[in-house]
Amino acid sequence: MGIVTIKSIGLFVYYFDHNASTPLAPEVLAAMERAQRELFGNPSSIHAAGQAARKAVEAARAQVAGLLRCDPKEVIFTSGGTEADNLAIFGVAGHGPDGHVVTTALEHPAVLEPVRARGNFTVIPVGSDGVVDPDEIRRALRPDTVLISVMHANNETGAIQPLGEIAAIAREAGVPLHSDGVQAATKITTDVGELGVDLYSITGHKFNGPKGAGALYVRDGVKLSSLQMGGRHERNHRAGTENVAAIVGLGEAASLQRKDVAPLRDRLEAGLLARVPDAVVNTASAARTPNTSSMRFPGLDSEALLIALDLAGFAVSAGAACSSGAVKPSHVLTAMGLSMAEARSSIRFSVGLGNTEEQVDLLIAAVEAASARLRKLAPAGGLVNLLP
Amino acid sequence: MTPEPLIAVAMSGGVDSSAVAAMLKRDGRRLVGMTMQLWNQRRLPQLQVEGASGRCCSLDDVYDARAVAAALDIPYYVVNFEEQFEQTVVRPFVDEYLQGRTPIPCTLCNNHVKFEQFLHMADGVGASHVATGHYARLDFNSSTGRWEMRRGRDEAKDQTYFLFGLRQDQLARTLFPLGGMTKPEVRALAAELGVSTAAKSDSQEICFVPNGDYAAFIDGYFEEQGIPRQAVRGQIVDTSGKPIGEHDGVHHFTVGQRKGLGVAVGEPLYVISTNPMTQQVIVGRNEDLLRPRLVAKEVNWISIQPIAEPRPAQVKIRNKHEAAQATLIPCSDPSRVEVLFDAPQRAVTPGQAAVMYDRDLVLGGGWIE
Repeated sequence: MGIVTIKSIGLFVYYFDHNASTPLAPEVLAAMERAQRELFGNPSSIHAAGQAARKAVEAARAQVAGLLRCDPKEVIFTSGGTEADNLAIFGVAGHGPDGHVVTTALEHPAVLEPVRARGNFTVIPVGSDGVVDPDEIRRALRPDTVLISVMHANNETGAIQPLGEIAAIAREAGVPLHSDGVQAATKITTDVGELGVDLYSITGHKFNGPKGAGALYVRDGVKLSSLQMGGRHERNHRAGTENVAAIVGLGEAASLQRKDVAPLRDRLEAGLLARVPDAVVNTASAARTPNTSSMRFPGLDSEALLIALDLAGFAVSAGAACSSGAVKPSHVLTAMGLSMAEARSSIRFSVGLGNTEEQVDLLIAAVEAASARLRKLAPAGGLVNLLP
Repeated sequence: MTPEPLIAVAMSGGVDSSAVAAMLKRDGRRLVGMTMQLWNQRRLPQLQVEGASGRCCSLDDVYDARAVAAALDIPYYVVNFEEQFEQTVVRPFVDEYLQGRTPIPCTLCNNHVKFEQFLHMADGVGASHVATGHYARLDFNSSTGRWEMRRGRDEAKDQTYFLFGLRQDQLARTLFPLGGMTKPEVRALAAELGVSTAAKSDSQEICFVPNGDYAAFIDGYFEEQGIPRQAVRGQIVDTSGKPIGEHDGVHHFTVGQRKGLGVAVGEPLYVISTNPMTQQVIVGRNEDLLRPRLVAKEVNWISIQPIAEPRPAQVKIRNKHEAAQATLIPCSDPSRVEVLFDAPQRAVTPGQAAVMYDRDLVLGGGWIE
């Protein structure tokens, strides 16, 4: 574990991009293999094969409910975080612009794009520490506000949002609160009762489960319309035959015992701050998820740094990928007030299952070497002006 | 043992750059493939035409490049140069048209993006060289200590006209593996090496301008940037200055153009020049287009030192122009050179390049004033 062998390119990859996706935990893989082999029945079927599959789906629902500390009836399985977010927004606020929605500049496109598509919304700015001010949410509320959506922990910076305070504001105003918990689940406490949220999205592949399985928590009593039709699955909320093996894997991943990875992240930050000149931690002052570090290397091009690290066998991330696969500066970092140049010199490291101190030390040395080479280069452009 | 030097291959998704990657891989070189994301095709949606292909940075091209890299088993990345491309190619392209010149964005892209930003990116990722699918030949002349550039062996595909701005330090790190090949040979080799894009059609025109309609692009760009169009309207005048019509902007016109003038006079009229100060388009007869000389500015010498004495050369004044015999005369300003043609040339166009050759050797080039 940890060193991922990608056979086709014969390369050992030291994987430090767990906020993008994670390797399957061995227990998850074992449970999924068994499910894929044996639980082929349709969970809606009457016979024993169907019942076995149904039982496995419900066991997984209980596991997810255990992670979220909710009633299993309040868990709707989806194809992942994007669908969970879409379902929360369109399901509560509808597809049209009737009713106002409040969200934040930090959100993942899975929230921002549905909100923009339906119209009639307010996007709350974010402070330089990467944290939303609950008072801004309060001020944005209108009599016709029908939904607030604020992510729990940010994918780029790990900054944890003050959901408790926001939930109190939402409750007072009588407006349901959705939170995208994709980056928070299994990393910090996700007791939905304690958080006070009404809807909460998670996805399996961010915590050593499979891709293609996620869930939306919908508090009992919240009215939600479904996005797809064609069956009475998931209590009429999500038509379509259940992806049984993936759901089994999601449940298994939700109930794994986990080691604290904060010491690894802290070791990485301390090492880079000590050995790479001018390195800065973005949102160092915010409460953060224990596995995430967004660091800025002023004057360096993060795209070149990312590729150089990848060629040396280290997987990290820089900003968001656009449709072609090119890197574009993170909208989260620019929303925090970082300049384009600062955003373009930022790298995200996210540790997780399988990472070791030894790997962290190798990564520090690799960043040090790559950044030293990049620093030696003259800035591109303009030795001879060939503009006519 | 030092590791095999790393070569960054600029992969557009077309057959030429795919063939370059396949050839270098066959030769055992250590490669990294990169596609430059230059322009967001979702911009200026009003210009999009259904089924248009071969435009730069389309998702299909990236898909093709990625597939070729995967088949060759080389690391591959899309690098985002959109900002640099807009600053150093698109904006100057628009500005040049507005100033009554006819720009060459491909040369600007080579000078500022492909052999500047891309080389810089190659440096950043630890690659010593870059390789592209340009049809041009490079050799180091040890007696002069200079890198020399020659026309590609395939005369129809020769791209040296667009490469005149490259400096010696850039050429020293550049590989043009296709320079000695013809296009049919490249296609055949690509097919032999199993390159999936071997039969893909050639890209045409300027990559970011759909259907080659520059004026529509510039109008669309104005609209996007909020520049009012009234600012560019003006008069069409004859060579004596007499108004004979109106136009929607000097950017609709290029020297030598006959069609689209919208004025009917007895004999055929051609655009002789445009004057951005007065927003006038000056039209006249075909023979008014003939010029015996030109001055090139910001001259870059490639295969030879800057000239100190007049010397003969063949000079190309646009890509499809057959190089014309001329005498090069040094100016007191060493960044300029005067070109005296043996026979007058039609439509010497400001903003285009004058590229100077000694047979197939590229001496250098500059921008026509």
